[in-house]
Amino acid sequence: MVSCKTIVAHLSEYVDGDSTVEMRQKIEKHLRGCRRCSAVYDSTRKMLVITGDERVFEVPTGFSERLHGFLDKLISGPEVQ
Amino acid sequence: MEEKALEEGSSEPVLIERILAGEKDLFHDLIRPYERGAFLLAYSILRNQDDAEETVQQAMVKIFSHLAQLTKREKFKQWAMRVTENEAKMYRRKRRQHLYESIDQSSTEASEERPFYPKQFADWRDLPSDVVEQKEVREAVAKALAELPDIYREVFVLRDMQHLDVAETGEALGLGESAVKTRLHRARLMLRESLTPLLAKPRPSIWERWKGSNPWLAAKR
Repeated sequence: MVSCKTIVAHLSEYVDGDSTVEMRQKIEKHLRGCRRCSAVYDSTRKMLVITGDERVFEVPTGFSERLHGFLDKLISGPEVQ
Repeated sequence: MEEKALEEGSSEPVLIERILAGEKDLFHDLIRPYERGAFLLAYSILRNQDDAEETVQQAMVKIFSHLAQLTKREKFKQWAMRVTENEAKMYRRKRRQHLYESIDQSSTEASEERPFYPKQFADWRDLPSDVVEQKEVREAVAKALAELPDIYREVFVLRDMQHLDVAETGEALGLGESAVKTRLHRARLMLRESLTPLLAKPRPSIWERWKGSNPWLAAKR
């Protein structure tokens, strides 16, 4: 039986689908029988859904307009070196 | 018409070529796909919208004025993120001089050797897709990110928030792929840990558990 430590150490590559076939089978077997590791796995995936969603960070209103207005001035300034 | 011109020569190396040849207005198009990501990166380091916005503008000045020196033009994205990141760190250093000893200085010293092991094992609740629009969730994510040591946060932001692949993240940060993977893994575990108190399934109170097991109360409902 693979230890919880080993499972946690390989969790990221498992989440990314980068595990070896052998490791993936070990992890899946372990997750079925271990409540704690499956909670870590499940919450890691949920966390990644949240942080990977671009709405989680709000860009200030008018950010893009201000940036491109600024760029207009920059572009019409001195030559690119 | 501009649309058409874009379709014909919109790959980044081509855009850069044209900008350097004098079509400077195309700089808008070159950076548009990354402005949001640049803001996010700066904000994750500075945690202040105004500072992040100013940083992005300063980064754009650098990107524009050093564009000719970028030799690997197909790596524009990685380079632009690196410039932004450096600019944000410089801004933070400047800002710190006005503060007392920085609070986050200690957290930037990271212990990479010891593996991180979770302490919280609560199940997370099911999250609706608009959970990311809740103010407390946004704030918690920003706080958790800002509390991560730099070396973990920078990898996480590029890889898991801006969805660069492992190789691109490494190129943007000057890291090998195995370092990217190790740091990413730790960043994820640490963030999961910080967000668990907010997002865990609520434990029913003693009263609710009692109520649930009390047939008289259940019948009354």
